[in-house]
Amino acid sequence: MAIGVILRALNRRIDPNPKSQIFSLASASRSVSTLVLAEHEGGAVKAPSISAVEAAKSLGDDNSISLLLAGSGSSLSEAAAHAASCHPSVSQVLVADSDKFAHPLAESWAKLVHLVQQKGSYSHVIATSSSFGKNILPRAAALLDVSPITDVIEISSSHLFLRPIYAGNALCTVKYTGGGPCLLTIRSTSFPVSPLLADSKSNEAPISQIDLSTFGEDSVGNSRFVKVTSQDSERPDLANANVVVTGGRGLKNAENFKMIEKLAEKLGAAVGATRAAVDSGFVPNDLQVGQTGKIVAPELYIAFGVSGAIQHLAGMKDSKVIVAVNKDADAPIFQVADYGLVGDLFEVIPELLEKLPEKK
Amino acid sequence: MKIMVAIKRVIDYAVKIRVKPDKSGVETKNVKMSMNPFCEIALEEALRIKESGMASEVVAVSMGPTQCVDTLRTGLAMGADRGIHVEATGALLPLSVAKLLRALVEVEKPGLLILGKQAIDDDCNQTGQMVAGLLNWPQGTFASKVVLDKEKQAVTVDREVDGGLETLCLDLPAVITTDLRLNQPRYATLPNIMKAKSKVIKKFSPQDLNVEIKSDLEVVQVTEPPKRKAGVIVSSVDELIDKLKNEANVI
Repeated sequence: MAIGVILRALNRRIDPNPKSQIFSLASASRSVSTLVLAEHEGGAVKAPSISAVEAAKSLGDDNSISLLLAGSGSSLSEAAAHAASCHPSVSQVLVADSDKFAHPLAESWAKLVHLVQQKGSYSHVIATSSSFGKNILPRAAALLDVSPITDVIEISSSHLFLRPIYAGNALCTVKYTGGGPCLLTIRSTSFPVSPLLADSKSNEAPISQIDLSTFGEDSVGNSRFVKVTSQDSERPDLANANVVVTGGRGLKNAENFKMIEKLAEKLGAAVGATRAAVDSGFVPNDLQVGQTGKIVAPELYIAFGVSGAIQHLAGMKDSKVIVAVNKDADAPIFQVADYGLVGDLFEVIPELLEKLPEKK
Repeated sequence: MKIMVAIKRVIDYAVKIRVKPDKSGVETKNVKMSMNPFCEIALEEALRIKESGMASEVVAVSMGPTQCVDTLRTGLAMGADRGIHVEATGALLPLSVAKLLRALVEVEKPGLLILGKQAIDDDCNQTGQMVAGLLNWPQGTFASKVVLDKEKQAVTVDREVDGGLETLCLDLPAVITTDLRLNQPRYATLPNIMKAKSKVIKKFSPQDLNVEIKSDLEVVQVTEPPKRKAGVIVSSVDELIDKLKNEANVI
């Protein structure tokens, strides 16, 4: 009701400039409403998904943001409660509770997004550029016959976006001109949520269950979840850590890589690696930072024995402060480093371990 | 069973790209072009499946300008049996490529469609997921291991996801997109390069396949990313710690 009144008022508003009147009418009739696909784990919405809400906020002032959660059981309802108060801009939480969503399979998720989009006619659908978002969103876009936009790092207006191409060596401004909903995955490090905001519990958004009666058995698709092998780690999540310590080929073997881990522990940092370090089997591949691995933008990024290939730089060059330690004074990493130290990492790391202050 | 592999011609991964002064895009004239690295991995995987006796034929397809034929020849030299070139000028968005692929799947009826997880030029990471959605086939994206079970007509895929590995089982026909660690692509040997010249590349136009190429995205401009300020080289660990503490305030 209230929204209808506002819309009518907007439509009736007369502007002395005829050109801008057309524009304001067009933008009013195309008022922004966003569906955010949220990932949750252990009864809470994941931090990058809250960044997606932050991104949605910049699409327009009168944006009504709905968070979509799917899964089953008690962890889903806990996550829904968390979603309702995770960000003041969330106006609604939609919950799809079914065994079909017990695992984030693209087949059922894409159908769900299609169903929810048909009911809600959102102008935008946003997910994070995580393996979850990249797996599901393009499939949903194909079902809706629209072109999705990957890895958005800046939202200029409701239909104008900035995204990196060529491993971050060029930035492309794209305009969405299609008639359907605009589907985006956003780079969460580009849309930081202020910690104050994350703690506010002032308004709780209403939670509603999605009617899945029209969600047929055939929507499950022909794929089955078998298992997930997760890397247990007590250190902070690589994509969201404040400090990242990375090792490259220069570490020589997995045993030496433990020095990086020790240093990370001391700094309360996450551990990253280059493709060379991963391919040589020093560390598991989910630690890879780069064009094809994780994109990080921490406060402090320290690279040991990393040459700085363009594919690696693509994943870390938005870090606030970059430190490089390398024997080779000509290594390209020194061109992006704020502080470079030409030296043997086998001498530098132990010295750092000894001299660095204990973390608070 | 037939396997179809989609390959893309892109600027070679080792080339330092240049943005055109008029900001309309990236300079591709007189620049070394190669097969997208993820596509090489996709093709290698298809060839290995065929060599293990689980597939009868590997068909490589590419979409774009005439020069894509060179990329297809490279694929044929690696071991693909034949090629299909859909000649299209102008920009092709992943949605169009997915629609063309769907049309080709209807012509060729492969049991498995393998693509790279992303092209290193547009970095979209969309086409495989989109064609799977259009075909209503299951998808195994970011695959680092693929095991085919011919009897059950299913494929088990290990996927590289945030925080670890996920294993899925997909009923065939299915779409798989490849991650870097799936395999080590082979080099084409000279005899195979010569042999590839006599292999067939069939041509289609989007009209032949009843696909309308449209675009709902417009590139407004392409610019260079902001340059980082030149840094300093410190001479000792003490100086480094001091700078991080007192100048950058990060520790």
